[in-house]
Amino acid sequence: MDKKFEPLIIGFTCNWCSYRAADMAGISREKYPPNVRLIRLMCSGRLDPTFILKALAGGADGVLVTGCHPGECHYLEQNFKAARRFSLLKRMLNQMGIEPERVKLVWASAAEGVRLAKEITTMVEEVRALGPLNWPGVVAEDGNGYVAHLAPEEVSA
Amino acid sequence: MSKEKIGVYVCHCGTNISGTVDVEEVSKWAGENLEKDGVVVSRDYKFMCSSLGQELIEADIKEQGLTRVVVAACSPHLHEQTFRTAVKRADLNPYLCEMVSIREQVSWVHTDKKIATEKSKSVIAGGVKRVAFHEELEPLQVPINEATLVVGGGIAGIQAALEIADSGFPVYMVEREPSIGGHMAKFDKTFPTLDCAACILTPKMVSVGDHPHINMYTYSEVEKVDGYVGNFTVTIRKKARYVDTDVCTGCGICEEKCPQKVIDDIFEAGLGYRKAVYRPFPQAVPKYPVIDTDNCIYFQRGKCKACQIFCPTEPNSIDFEQQDEIIEITVGNIILATGYDLFDARRVPQYGYGRLANVFTSLEFERMCNAAGPTNGEVVLRDGVTTPEAVAIVHCVGSRDRNYNNYCSVICCMQSLKFAHLVKERTGAEVYNFYIDMRTPFKDYDEFYQKVLEEGAHFIRGRVAEITDAARMPGEEGKLIIQAEDTLIGKQRRIPVDMVVLSAGLESRADAKEVAHKFGISCSTDEWFIEKHPKLDPVATMTEGVFIAGACQGPKDIPASVAQGAAAAARVLSRIQSKELALEPVRASVIEEKCSGCRICNNLCPFNAIIFHEDRMVTEINPALCQGCGTCVAACPSEAITGTQFSNEQILAQLEGLLMLDVEGGLVSMLEPEMA
Amino acid sequence: MKYGYYPGCSMERNAIAYHHSTMAVAGALDIELQEVEDWNCCGATEYFSLELLPAYALVGRNLALAANQSVNGNQLIAPCSACFLNLAKTDHYMSTSPDLADQVNEALAAGGLHYDPGSVKVRHLLDIVVNDVGFPAIAEKVTKPLYNLRVAPYYGCLIVRPGTQKSFDDPEYPTTMDTLMQTLGAEVVDFPLKAHCCGGHMTQISENVALEMIRRLLKNAADYEADVIVTLCPMCQLNLDAYQDSVNKLFGTNFNIPILYFTQLMGLAFGMRAVELGFGKEFVSATLALTKIGAEPPPKPKKKRPAKGELPMPAMPEEDNQ
Repeated sequence: MDKKFEPLIIGFTCNWCSYRAADMAGISREKYPPNVRLIRLMCSGRLDPTFILKALAGGADGVLVTGCHPGECHYLEQNFKAARRFSLLKRMLNQMGIEPERVKLVWASAAEGVRLAKEITTMVEEVRALGPLNWPGVVAEDGNGYVAHLAPEEVSA
Repeated sequence: MSKEKIGVYVCHCGTNISGTVDVEEVSKWAGENLEKDGVVVSRDYKFMCSSLGQELIEADIKEQGLTRVVVAACSPHLHEQTFRTAVKRADLNPYLCEMVSIREQVSWVHTDKKIATEKSKSVIAGGVKRVAFHEELEPLQVPINEATLVVGGGIAGIQAALEIADSGFPVYMVEREPSIGGHMAKFDKTFPTLDCAACILTPKMVSVGDHPHINMYTYSEVEKVDGYVGNFTVTIRKKARYVDTDVCTGCGICEEKCPQKVIDDIFEAGLGYRKAVYRPFPQAVPKYPVIDTDNCIYFQRGKCKACQIFCPTEPNSIDFEQQDEIIEITVGNIILATGYDLFDARRVPQYGYGRLANVFTSLEFERMCNAAGPTNGEVVLRDGVTTPEAVAIVHCVGSRDRNYNNYCSVICCMQSLKFAHLVKERTGAEVYNFYIDMRTPFKDYDEFYQKVLEEGAHFIRGRVAEITDAARMPGEEGKLIIQAEDTLIGKQRRIPVDMVVLSAGLESRADAKEVAHKFGISCSTDEWFIEKHPKLDPVATMTEGVFIAGACQGPKDIPASVAQGAAAAARVLSRIQSKELALEPVRASVIEEKCSGCRICNNLCPFNAIIFHEDRMVTEINPALCQGCGTCVAACPSEAITGTQFSNEQILAQLEGLLMLDVEGGLVSMLEPEMA
Repeated sequence: MKYGYYPGCSMERNAIAYHHSTMAVAGALDIELQEVEDWNCCGATEYFSLELLPAYALVGRNLALAANQSVNGNQLIAPCSACFLNLAKTDHYMSTSPDLADQVNEALAAGGLHYDPGSVKVRHLLDIVVNDVGFPAIAEKVTKPLYNLRVAPYYGCLIVRPGTQKSFDDPEYPTTMDTLMQTLGAEVVDFPLKAHCCGGHMTQISENVALEMIRRLLKNAADYEADVIVTLCPMCQLNLDAYQDSVNKLFGTNFNIPILYFTQLMGLAFGMRAVELGFGKEFVSATLALTKIGAEPPPKPKKKRPAKGELPMPAMPEEDNQ
């Protein structure tokens, strides 16, 4: 069955810049693929790295993290802290065998709706090319080691 | 089975949403598939934000005992407040209402209707799962200090200051130059009425200077801003004038006797001179002069002191030992009215500004026309004596140009028409205006254009390619030649003139970005300050308590600047009158029992809201200072810090909802058992 | 510093002075120019107007040969503006149009060659001199400054308007050669027509039109009292020099301005002999102009007190540096 794979990507946005950029993309009617679903946080600094892990474990094929440009955070410097956490998380994800293109950080100011739409479009294609993450299917049932992609199985409660 | 009773409301927004998303299907799906999450009623309606739409919600709350509400419509930035208020009217805590966007983030940006509908379902599922974890919250009341800070003493700042001060509340005005007045004080006449700029401005300036409720700090700059709305602590550096303002009478003898002449770059736009001890212009407010230490003979070489010698006051007003003064004030609101800078015409080398003597910028020409300016109001060439017989006025220099600034500077067409009129009036010379479009939109503006047309000014529609003195034919010797395509006749033209005036565009101030950062607001890509909403809220910013007015928000003419100054003042006055401001209760707080005293969070707060108690070895967060960013919440390894409205449970629940369906609407098969 | 070198046809004929002076100056500045083996004509401005594909293939062959020699990161210098543009343009269009690249490579394959677009970086000689060598290094080599020589720098229209890559100088009012001349000690006169067309090959097509264009340039230089016009393109030099006489005849003017290459002036300033630098080959003799070069620096003009009522001029960036 050759249906085109549609990646499911979760995006975390900050209330002041990137969420407004997404709104701005809407106001400008700038079209982008519907594969991204956004969660609004007050600040990119609120982003607990576990959210990203939960998203991937929960079925997302990729996660997009966005926030205000460095130097322009509404809360002054919290996006720097988000950036720090993000780089550490990326290393960890690498070690877990998750391709780096699946988790991306993009800074977008409130005026950059069109640009955010372009970034989303690019990322959707990149993740599409990687195929589904299917994380629980990748890790063997007993939790040991890395096993090739398994077909999804129903697990009794 | 959830114990909450959740109402879901899906808006059509006319056809804005329903044109792409099948709202009825979404509403039906929510009612059926989210029942186990607590949804007891699910409706769709054409305009949820209308009073009828709101009444739907209120009725359901009252009749069905709803405990939570989810509205799927436009952006929460638009109507979250509307729905919260509606919910409040039905006696339900407003923070138990969650709004999700299926317009800006779904119907307006996606084309595939089926997939957009599936996405809307997931988005609503996210909202429903999240809202179950919402708590009742009360907004924080913050007291508002009565005083206001106005930064910038141009026409917008002056208007704002006067409006607030006339209402009886104290205003601090900080102006960087030695006198208030801004750019308007430099102009000769203002369009379209041809009022003398100084005549209409100076009475206002004097009012500001004399006003009992305005504290004017000129020759000063804001160094630091701390605090938040209602309670800003501002540090001002009052630069040393080297003149004792308590004694000085403003007689001007020091200026007269000073032997050091300097080119005045600021007020005279480089076209005239001032002394090392100077007042920018005769009607300066305040009237006290200032010593420019970079050019003062005493400060550079230790000699002269003529100003001190000739100063008639007892004791002497000149004080060479004066130091900068640091002043701290507390204000409740801040209005930024810092104005614009003129586009540097030297960046367009083919126009010859700086190379060719008789090419002038608009500000230079204003000073030339001004009766108190370097030529006493006579329109003459750079030699100071020759009257031009032909003058070219070039529109859009540095504006509407991808090489420099892409935007239109708004005032240049009217200004160029004004120049055309003044040139005709004072010299009878031939006038050529080179324009792209004539932009004369407001009251009496187009009539002014028609008047100038009747006066016989020539208008050539074409962007000037080059201004050169390289004569090609006998008639061009000794002249400046404008080479432009006359697009209306489709021919290249070379027009010899004596003098060229470049209507240079308006740009944001060179330090706009630093100023924005200092006050906690942002700049757009062109470095104008960003307003809260470009159509509906042009004077507020995203930062509570900081407002913007005038050209610093974007190029505009004097009436618009005055209107914005007054608008900002009105906003501030309403805050002052209400004495308190309700702030969103998005705050972090520490669950003491869970806190292990690791202090990872301590250094993360830029607002100094996190305190560590050494005696109990636990951290506490000050709710008054906390701005609700949530960084500490994310950092705590013990999950000992909770953030209201953005708690871990809420966000993870929303995540679960978003991952309920895959892109095409099938169930996502990868749900971890514990997340269900 | 080593570079690939594409001389172009004119360097062997009418621009032989440019060739000699370039070689001399390159030696002085430690620039090694490795000529592309078996290069062919670039097609100048004619061939592209006749048949596009053969024209691109013609230039593509040079690029392929240069890429094979792979000197210093494949940087290729062309001293002639037209050669420079043709090479740059071909490389660019082959990059943006895979079809063109395929067709050109098909043609090149016949000669056993292949060119990957983007592998050669094409630069003009002036670009190397002002950016890679740099003004301080040039100033160090100046032993006989060109004091008292009034120079009008003429760039011609091609060098600053590639459109395919960011120009190394302002397209409307370039100033790098001006600064170069100042570094050599010469007095640079303002020459507003510095980037205006010299007529190019119009001299062959419609001579009167070209002569008018040449006349404008000469007149502008003469109005500003330039002693020499310094150029960087063999075509411009040829037009302004060889046709100066025809201009005088047609318009009744009596221009007598030598047209020199910037490398010739550089060589003179470095203390080389005029004969080494190709002097004597020009139509309008440079001898008289060269006698103006003095050993003493001209006195710094006293800061003129502005006449009563005269308005001050705006400060220009160069003045801040002096």
